Amino acid sequence: MNLILIAVIVLGAIGLVSALVLFLASHKFAVHEDPRIVQVAEVLPQANCGGCGFPGCSGFAAACVKAADGGSLEGKNCPVGGQPVMERVANILGMTAAPSAPKVAVVRCNGTCENRPRLVSYDGAQSCRVQNMTGMGETGCAYGCLGCGDCVKACQFGAISMNPETGLPEVDEDKCTACGACAKACPRGIIEIRLKGPKGRRVVVLCNNKDKGALANKVCKASCIGCGKCVKTCEKFEAITLVNNLAYIDAEKCKMCRKCEEACPKHAIHGFNFPPKKVVADAPAKPVAEKPAEAATQTPKAPVEESTVINNVKQ
Amino acid sequence: MKTFNIGGVHPAENKLSAASPIRKAQLPKQAVFSMFQHIGAPAKPVVKKGDEVKVGTLLAEAGGFVSAPVYSSVSGKVSKVDVALDASGTRRPAIYVDVEGDEWEDSIDRSETLVKLSDRPELDAKTIVEKIKNAGIVGLGGATFPCHVKLTPPPGCKAECVIINAVECEPYLTADHRLMLEHADEILVGVELIMKAVDVKRGYIGIENNKPDAIRLMTEKAAAHEGIEVVPLKVKYPQGGEKQLIDAVIGRQVPAPPAIPINVGAVVQNVGTAFAIYEAVMKNKPLIDRIITVTGKSVKQPSNLLARLGTPFQQLIDECGGLPEDTGKVIGGGPMMGKALISLEVPMTKGSSGLLLMTDEEARRSTPQPCIRCAKCVSACPMGLEPYLLSKISEKQMWDKAEAEDITSCIECGSCQFTCPSHRPLLDMIRVGKSTVMGIIKSRAAK
Repeated sequence: MNLILIAVIVLGAIGLVSALVLFLASHKFAVHEDPRIVQVAEVLPQANCGGCGFPGCSGFAAACVKAADGGSLEGKNCPVGGQPVMERVANILGMTAAPSAPKVAVVRCNGTCENRPRLVSYDGAQSCRVQNMTGMGETGCAYGCLGCGDCVKACQFGAISMNPETGLPEVDEDKCTACGACAKACPRGIIEIRLKGPKGRRVVVLCNNKDKGALANKVCKASCIGCGKCVKTCEKFEAITLVNNLAYIDAEKCKMCRKCEEACPKHAIHGFNFPPKKVVADAPAKPVAEKPAEAATQTPKAPVEESTVINNVKQ
Repeated sequence: MKTFNIGGVHPAENKLSAASPIRKAQLPKQAVFSMFQHIGAPAKPVVKKGDEVKVGTLLAEAGGFVSAPVYSSVSGKVSKVDVALDASGTRRPAIYVDVEGDEWEDSIDRSETLVKLSDRPELDAKTIVEKIKNAGIVGLGGATFPCHVKLTPPPGCKAECVIINAVECEPYLTADHRLMLEHADEILVGVELIMKAVDVKRGYIGIENNKPDAIRLMTEKAAAHEGIEVVPLKVKYPQGGEKQLIDAVIGRQVPAPPAIPINVGAVVQNVGTAFAIYEAVMKNKPLIDRIITVTGKSVKQPSNLLARLGTPFQQLIDECGGLPEDTGKVIGGGPMMGKALISLEVPMTKGSSGLLLMTDEEARRSTPQPCIRCAKCVSACPMGLEPYLLSKISEKQMWDKAEAEDITSCIECGSCQFTCPSHRPLLDMIRVGKSTVMGIIKSRAAK
């Protein structure tokens, strides 16, 4: 009897002392986390892709709360959730979401098996990074797609797949969240995270070759040879620049007139998601094209108006 | 018999061309001189289109201290200064010379007479290093590290011995073997010059014992040269690696980078380099040609050719009986460390020690299987690294961890991949990791 009593008392005492220690410790070492961080993290997609530039969704949530305390959510954007998610985040924090234009990954290479003949075959480790270290790769182009699919492996959303016919990766625009993982994975920097454009329409130079024209022409049928014809057609808007024998179209300045596309002798410039061209529309299209262009310069950032502008050009 | 202590493998030797004497290759119609024939800063062209050049005319000067000048190996006219595909598989700046005749610069002594060190008592260490530097000599074993840099020890370091690498541990290659048999006297004078340049009294020549004739001849001739000793070594790859050779010959271990061989008192030079040094110092001949082994199981006439730099590989293959039909891969260098070429138009450079034509069957890689944790790669690694781990962390892009695991110590010898029963592309991944980590270290140092 006595033993049982002693055991109960001793254990009870130990329990009490431990409880006291734990109580004091939890007060002394308490971590005060802003409850809003948890709330914000809950509305985020939890993809932890890092596309926002922060380490995972909780890192982004913490950054948003901090930015909100600083007074503005500008520059904070979750590429996966897009505008709807950012609005919910803004609601929680009592702010307004900064407007952001949707973006998409664009593979800037059109070196299909047909356009760019394979000169040698590569049988090393199936990784673009490894193949890039061996030199030019299977074709004569030192800038084009290597075709081992590092971007496909990097995509968490299943938005990129290799097309076995062309040997190039293809982006599923509906699935792409523009997180940029593929762009980082590509050892040749072929993939660009680019403004999606109104109604998904955009004009892009599908080439990354910085060699001189003669050489670029030799290795691929669809390469940019740096002739500068597109730059001339775009003198008015100055959207196209030619650096290192490679043309680049600034998505913010582009007015989607597609004149450069017609001017390119190598068909390296491609328009995405435009309705099929009307054959007769050539002659009247020119005078119409100028007006909407002016309208567009006045309201460059309003997506609704811009899309009607595009409609004008085309119809 | 001596050898290095950690790891190593023994691939089939296949020294098909060992009995074939060195013969001179024909002059090319057009020679192409890459500006990247050495490790370090690229050379800077000093000629322009239309310039007349002779054999031995300076084409490009060194682009820095760790760099080497490039001399014309042919006479003719510079046709363009442009880019050319080289053995690295990329297009890089190069000088094209259209060949006309074979006129040599007058300063070069073309006679065969042997000039001994005792014939030229006026040569001091500084003059020797200066001559080597001006002749554009780089390590001819394949690493192409500018020679004069190794002969200029950093302050606080003192060389104790010179080790000549005549191991030729790469299977198939026999260029150094033939050179020793045919030019032993010149090599020994070259070794004396190196010893004088770094002011040491001891020189070792490490030769693997699969070349007994070379060991015998060199030992016999070395008896007349004070301080030079021939060290026969047990056949094991990669004994030709600088650190492995130091371990094998003098039993010292070079610590992990940034330590270099001079930190343990050793200066290592290739036997081909010793010969080139003899020619540069005693005959005023810049580095314009070298011996290259053209070999392969289906090559009609495996040969050792003395070819001028800038000769396209296609021509060298033609001289050995043409490209066999069953060729699957053409490798610049040996089978272990060489690199598959993407075109036969690639010109020969200072580092071209061999040209290996593999048949389709030999060249085909087996499909990689999962790692079975057998640790064969760990036993084979001559640097005591864990290749399976390095390859995995490179794949996962864990660069901090890769650096902590000493990925920069890897000498890229390929023993791990050779020994892997699952045929995993271990070295492929490690190379990516190593170059990335080196980049990170460099950018950190720049800050």
